[in-house]
Amino acid sequence: MVDRIVTGAHYGLRDWLAQRLTAVLMVIYTLFIAGYVLLHPDMGYDRWTGLFSNQVMRSFTLLFLLALYYHAWIGVRDIVMDYIKPAGIRLAIYVLVILALLLYTIWSVQILWGM
Amino acid sequence: MNTKRPKHLALHQIKLPLPGIVSILHRFSGALLFLCLPLLLWMLQASLRSVLTYAQLLEILQNPFSKLVLLGLFWAFLHHLCAGIRYLLIDLRYFSTLAGARLTSKWVLFVSLGLTMVMGLKLW
Repeated sequence: MVDRIVTGAHYGLRDWLAQRLTAVLMVIYTLFIAGYVLLHPDMGYDRWTGLFSNQVMRSFTLLFLLALYYHAWIGVRDIVMDYIKPAGIRLAIYVLVILALLLYTIWSVQILWGM
Repeated sequence: MNTKRPKHLALHQIKLPLPGIVSILHRFSGALLFLCLPLLLWMLQASLRSVLTYAQLLEILQNPFSKLVLLGLFWAFLHHLCAGIRYLLIDLRYFSTLAGARLTSKWVLFVSLGLTMVMGLKLW
């Protein structure tokens, strides 16, 4: 066996896998919503909010949004790694993106449970 | 090493292959969707909050400019979705030949642009 010296933060595989698991979850949610809208051509305010008044649906939606934010974080981080080289600017963008995603998470809960 | 080796950068002859175009559009559409997240969340909020905000949202979306923005976002979503499913299939070792990669790239563009057109027809 070859002794390998592994360097780095070791989050590569975890994030690679997370990107795919969150993607599959979002595909399932998308198909569900698309199917619901297509099966109800008479969609209006009542039917739309009726769907989201269900606690299971609210949780499913929050799960979808959390998956989306995690997915977006990995994607944006990869893009920034590729194009932004100065460490200071890169760090500043990371902080802004993380703050934005945390705020979106709070906002999502407010949207779903404050309606 | 010979530093004066010839370079072939005839820009009218080299071009990005189809899977490359699908790939860069996947990145572009993802970035676009991320940047528009506040807009999308605001629309979700308006659609759920009250009958009034729901009606106001529908009215705003009647505007031709809003329709164009919505269609653009719809394309970004569809492209990202289709190209993403293609990558998942490639991870599962499907379409690993060059011919397969080209064929599925065509399918991604065909399905995402086709569904965007259907959506455009519905909007107008």
